Amino acid sequence: MRAPAASDIAAGEVLLSLENVSLSFGGVRAIRDVSFDIKKGEVRAIIGPNGAGKTSMLNVINGFYQPQQGRITFKGRTRSTMRPYDAARGGIARTFQNVALFKGMSALDNIMAGRTLRMRRGLLWQLLRVGPALKEEIEHRERVEEIIDFLEIQAIRKVLVARLPYGLQKRVELGRALAMEPDLLLLDEPMAGMNLEEKEDMSRFIVDVNEHYGTTIALIEHDMGVVMDLSDRVVVLDHGVKIADATPDEVKRDQNVIDAYLGVAH
Amino acid sequence: MLGPILETLIGGLMTGVLYALVALGFVLIFKASGVFNFAQGSMVLFAALSVARLSEVMPLIVAVLIAIVIMVALAYAIEFLVLRRLVNQEGIILFMATLGIAYFLEGFGEAVWGSDIYKINLGISKNPLFLFEGIFPGGLLIDREEIAAAVACAILVAGLAIFFQVTRVGRALRAVADDHQAAQSVGIPLNYIWLIVWAVSGIVAIAAGMVWGSKLGVQFSISLVALKALPVLILGGFTSIPGAIIGGLIIGAGEKLAEVLLSPMLVKWFDLAGGGIENWFAYVLALVFLLFRPQGLFGERIIERI
Amino acid sequence: MLYREAGQFKTSYRSDQAIFPIVQDRWFMWGLIAFGFLVLPLFANQYLYTEVLIPVLILSLAAIGLNILTGYCGQLSLGTGGFMAVGAYASYNLLLRLPDTNLIVVFLFGGLMAMLVGVLFGIPSLRIKGFYLAVATLASQFFLEWVFARVKWFTNYAPSGSVAVANLDLFGFPIQTPQQKYLFVLAVVVVLGFAAKNLVRGRIGRMWMAMRDMDIAAEIIGIRPLHAKLSAFAVSSFYIGVAGALWAFLRLGSWEPLAFDINRSFQILFMVIIGGLGSILGSFLGAAFIVLIPIFLNQAPGLLGVPLSTAMISHLEFMIFGVMIVFFLIVEPHGFARLWAIAKEKLRLWPFPY
Repeated sequence: MRAPAASDIAAGEVLLSLENVSLSFGGVRAIRDVSFDIKKGEVRAIIGPNGAGKTSMLNVINGFYQPQQGRITFKGRTRSTMRPYDAARGGIARTFQNVALFKGMSALDNIMAGRTLRMRRGLLWQLLRVGPALKEEIEHRERVEEIIDFLEIQAIRKVLVARLPYGLQKRVELGRALAMEPDLLLLDEPMAGMNLEEKEDMSRFIVDVNEHYGTTIALIEHDMGVVMDLSDRVVVLDHGVKIADATPDEVKRDQNVIDAYLGVAH
Repeated sequence: MLGPILETLIGGLMTGVLYALVALGFVLIFKASGVFNFAQGSMVLFAALSVARLSEVMPLIVAVLIAIVIMVALAYAIEFLVLRRLVNQEGIILFMATLGIAYFLEGFGEAVWGSDIYKINLGISKNPLFLFEGIFPGGLLIDREEIAAAVACAILVAGLAIFFQVTRVGRALRAVADDHQAAQSVGIPLNYIWLIVWAVSGIVAIAAGMVWGSKLGVQFSISLVALKALPVLILGGFTSIPGAIIGGLIIGAGEKLAEVLLSPMLVKWFDLAGGGIENWFAYVLALVFLLFRPQGLFGERIIERI
Repeated sequence: MLYREAGQFKTSYRSDQAIFPIVQDRWFMWGLIAFGFLVLPLFANQYLYTEVLIPVLILSLAAIGLNILTGYCGQLSLGTGGFMAVGAYASYNLLLRLPDTNLIVVFLFGGLMAMLVGVLFGIPSLRIKGFYLAVATLASQFFLEWVFARVKWFTNYAPSGSVAVANLDLFGFPIQTPQQKYLFVLAVVVVLGFAAKNLVRGRIGRMWMAMRDMDIAAEIIGIRPLHAKLSAFAVSSFYIGVAGALWAFLRLGSWEPLAFDINRSFQILFMVIIGGLGSILGSFLGAAFIVLIPIFLNQAPGLLGVPLSTAMISHLEFMIFGVMIVFFLIVEPHGFARLWAIAKEKLRLWPFPY
């Protein structure tokens, strides 16, 4: 059973909505009664100081954590419980704060692995690797090569990712997520630990993905400059509570946000 | 009927003490270094062979002292030649390395000490004790050696507990068990700690090997029987010393009772060519346990964070 | 200067994805297979067949099986011997009860039964990992060994517990002399070897490797742990089961459960580690090494004039295996397969150092 296609939802309409979501681990309340939505085609940023619950938020969206309370509606369907592979099937892709690539595989194989869900041929065809299985493998290779071209990583496609520098690993990870052709792409600090040049490259890729493929993006980022430039709307979390939800300019002037970041004497 | 069952139970508990002794060696190493030491069984065999062959030409106590020196030297060799070179590798790689160590030790032990069956004489009377003659007709028959084993085990555990709680090395060890990097950053030398746990495990192996060797004779099969310590650990949890003891007792008693009570039934129902379910009972019990309570009876719950 | 790929431009993804993208490798492979089928039989004697060629080939197949599970999917198993036994006894019973069954069907049946049992014992892998799983697979090893030793039906009520097969044939061609057995085994291994290579470089292989390298990331790209792990157990056990049946039928002829005890499991695991985790080629190299070392140890002292007792030789074997395992884990965790790849890399550049 596949989720309805995102094409049923027009640009600008709500793709994903969270209503009154709460999540706690034991006694620690990581997310408290947070509601917001992500509209199709936008770049949505989630920001906040350390420990605000940003990553937990992404983990809830793609099914790593099951929230204790709240409703999550994706592409018009409200879900009860979901595993990460259900999220993948539904069209949610994800990158991690500290790169989660398959270290024993080449860059090409990592990105090809992102096509897993879209490949159909079964075990017996794969054993023989002729006819439909071979054709399928080549078709998907062509799609993957497009992504490799787009991310400008042609030269490293056959290199084991464990041997790649950090910046390139992040690019390969983005490539793997793109290979899934997701409706919603979650990026957890895509620019953490990068130098200025790498950040510029990554920003360009994010903008291109959003504009070219029309992919909806939700991203967590610490670099405020990046957030202000890239995102259409910003959610601000602090200690698991939503304290602001507006355009970048409005958020910048919001007194609550300034207090949360700078600290305030109560 | 109750008398024989009780005897079986006691016999099983005594075997369980032996499993517990082997498991104890596992737990020590696992706790302090995260290494799952498959070679513990071979260390028991090696230690027992050393004691058995040395005691043929010298008093037992001297033989044991020399065996301790040998086991410490072995710990040093393992730390220096293997562990040190595998720092920061995944647990599974270290596990397979200990498999290699196990094979080497078995070959080496038998090449040096010979591969016959050797007897260790602890100087304890072979006449069994009869207990509770008033309650059961004929009383309960118990080996003196088994009682000695239980006492030895108790002393060893108490000694280890004191060692870990009171001494400076023990404190460092607990710190390492908690967090390798944090321990290193406050100046605890990791290699030194590993050396100590492997040496202590080697000494525990001597105790296990002696008790075992006096019961069954020292032979190759000891290293295989010692594999039973693995299900013991699953029951008891990999990081818990009390767990190793109680797990050992449960497995020892459980498999003996299963053999006596369940085997005849299975043989009758399925027309088997003999019982022998104690060969696998412990493992299958552990398997069932793994499915329902993977952290064991006393182990810490493993929570995965992303 | 022979090993050059200059001028071999890949003009399609198809040729880039070929099993041996470099022309010389392709020739080498076909040459090797032709050598195995056509040249070796011209001079091989019975000893070479029964002590070297047949064991290496069959155990390579078992090693491929374990490598799929452990090397590709990252699930450590110590139960290989038990699954080989399932293959052997299932095949035996099919042939016993339906004596006219085609030999290929007999071996397939052995593989399929092993696959079923393998999946069953693979279920715990969904909840536990690493050495916990290794202990769980020990349960299958000891339990299966016991089943075939005790349940009389499996051994057709043979009083000794030992069973035998004889006078095998395939489509009317006898498979009885060492040479015939060798050719049959070679054919099976070539077919299944290529199939395994195909599998591991396609979607399913990537799924397994993803599971091995990072299960969490595998889940987020839509790989179901259940599907990935159990399919690895299934394929792996199938290969191991076929290898077990071949071993029993064509290497041993008559056997008892002891032939598939835990030492067999370790033997196959060592082949995989020494040959190279996650490499089909490595499975062959590892099997060859482990089969040849004892033979070498038996011959070498005589040649050097140092007499060694058989007991000492077996101790030495243990020690050498142990040292090799540790050595490879420390120096080259990818085993012979990686050494081979490095050698090829050097050869490509030869005679220039860079």
